[in-house]
Amino acid sequence: MNTFDFLLQGLAIAAQPINLFYALIGVTLGTLVGVLPGIGPALTVALLLPVTYQLDPAGSLIMFAGIYYGGMYGGSTTSILLNTPGESASIVTALEGNKMARAGRGGPALATAAIGSFVAGLIATIALAFIAPFVVKFALAFGPREYFALMVLAFVTVSAAFGDSTLRGLTSLFIGLALAIIGIDQLTGQTRMSFGIPDLLDGIEVTTLAVAMFAIGETLYVAAQGSRAPEKVEAVKGSLWMTKKDWARSWKPWLRGTAIGFPIGAMPAGGADVSSFLSYSAEKQFSKHPEEFGKGAIEGVAGPEAANNASAAGTLVPLLTLGLPTTATAAIMLAGFQQFGLQPGPLLFATNPQLVWGLIASLLIANFMLLVLNLPLIGLWVRLLTIPKPWLYAGILMFATLGTIGANPSVFELGMLLAFGLLGYVMRVMGYPIAPVVVGLILGPMAEQQLRRALSISQGDPTVLVSSPIAATLLVLAVLALVVPLIMRARGRGEVLSQVAGAED
Amino acid sequence: MTTGNHNHTHARRPDWAALAVAVVLSAIAAVIFFDVNRLESSGGYSGIGPATVPEVIAFCLVGLAIWTVVAAFRGDFPEREHQEFPPVIWIVGGLAAQMLLLTTAGFSIATGILFAMTAAGFGKRKLWISIPAGIALAFVVWIAFAQLLQLSLPAGPLERLFF
Repeated sequence: MNTFDFLLQGLAIAAQPINLFYALIGVTLGTLVGVLPGIGPALTVALLLPVTYQLDPAGSLIMFAGIYYGGMYGGSTTSILLNTPGESASIVTALEGNKMARAGRGGPALATAAIGSFVAGLIATIALAFIAPFVVKFALAFGPREYFALMVLAFVTVSAAFGDSTLRGLTSLFIGLALAIIGIDQLTGQTRMSFGIPDLLDGIEVTTLAVAMFAIGETLYVAAQGSRAPEKVEAVKGSLWMTKKDWARSWKPWLRGTAIGFPIGAMPAGGADVSSFLSYSAEKQFSKHPEEFGKGAIEGVAGPEAANNASAAGTLVPLLTLGLPTTATAAIMLAGFQQFGLQPGPLLFATNPQLVWGLIASLLIANFMLLVLNLPLIGLWVRLLTIPKPWLYAGILMFATLGTIGANPSVFELGMLLAFGLLGYVMRVMGYPIAPVVVGLILGPMAEQQLRRALSISQGDPTVLVSSPIAATLLVLAVLALVVPLIMRARGRGEVLSQVAGAED
Repeated sequence: MTTGNHNHTHARRPDWAALAVAVVLSAIAAVIFFDVNRLESSGGYSGIGPATVPEVIAFCLVGLAIWTVVAAFRGDFPEREHQEFPPVIWIVGGLAAQMLLLTTAGFSIATGILFAMTAAGFGKRKLWISIPAGIALAFVVWIAFAQLLQLSLPAGPLERLFF
């Protein structure tokens, strides 16, 4: 069977009424939560994970796909109508989109974001479907040492390559790695760092850590700013529809954004932030109206929004084919797979093709649903933005703790939630990025396992790690990704890197 | 970890908060060294046992702590915004209250109190309104998740009154 057959088979699975229903719930909840200010896709996915606990794996992952795309879409609404983007990938959208909204062109801004997201999501999801089998074939040749090298590369790109400080990125990563030691060693069964506390034997849940650092850390941080800078929601004035000129100015940025976003997401090289920033500067170069940039240029919304969605689909390539999460959102999605004992990777395509292709097909369906759902419901999403902060954050914490209690109703788990929430707050105040902690926690044990396997095979000879061309290349790339930004920052060229980084993606 | 709790409106040298981070990083490294010390160090075929990777991580943490000290003396950390503490204390208090009340008072009451105290942190201090409102909302959430989605959320007197 070729890709096309598999995709059709997947569509048949995803089009079953019950699965359509799950996808609909997923996109609705995803948009609903993603629209709330201060909640990015990573937190959206983490908060909504418990909703999927009671479903079967296929239904749960289909709902998850909807939540993921819905959360991405919801964030752009927030950043256009409110100048505080709910997700860092939308920061660029806020630059132009908010200016458009202030000029009474909020409708076309939202429309170009929605249609651009749709176009990008469609192309990128199809690209995912056609590229994934090739990556899988390639990945079958991967042994432990190649996986280890790949994970080292992911560690470096997530923590040190972007952002404004190598030191703080690496510190965040190593905090995550240190937390990952806690629990039972997978190879020998000995307990590590659990100090005789039974609750720690299973290690630290990725979802607990992510919810604590993103939801509680963010709430504490926003609360500690006091009542400074009241935010103003821009009303959507005028027509919601794009004029002919808007269409003419939007379609090329959509396609360019997709072309930039998908490869960046598909490589283990960080997430949506980088691609939306690159797309923004590309549009600025190509535009016939460069003077409008900074004052509400529609290209500056269309391109980055498409790039950000294409890259979201792109991150699913390493996640599904290699089991390698490259963003915090992907790390939580991996945790979503693991709750069913599923390990994404080349084997999953062989052992459970219905599941993988059903998931890819439901991404396509979720994408259509979002387009249909979002344009008419825009009034409802706008009203969500006007929820006063006290009730909004009180509600966020209610659902954040609900997820943890639902997964494990223990006082100890809530204590960890509080402790990591405080850690997340302090890290935010000090300017440490959050995503590397989450990625370190989930990838740390996987990298350790691959390293020890590789060394077992070679009977302890460490040169085995660099003796395969693929592994050696990946490790060289990792070293470059660590050293080049250090040199750039030392020479005062660091602003470029800090602009493309965000706290969360 | 309350290391960021100093108010820095302008960069001072040395940056005490950053130095505190370095101390915490070294402390984590020390805990790791102490803990893996008791593990059997037989590495089997690979030559590396369960203690090796934690030791490498601990060494890196020590290195990062030294780097942080250097950065603290050079003033490399970004300026921190002024932080107000009463809201933080309200919210942390709310989370602690929920944690302690959860098993005895049940989900709705404990979470309702968290809701009200979080709102108080953001300036809505009318607890006689927000606590009942929070409990009512949490009760609706409890019905939706514990009854419909069958998550195991602890029940207390309020939940047992109805179900």
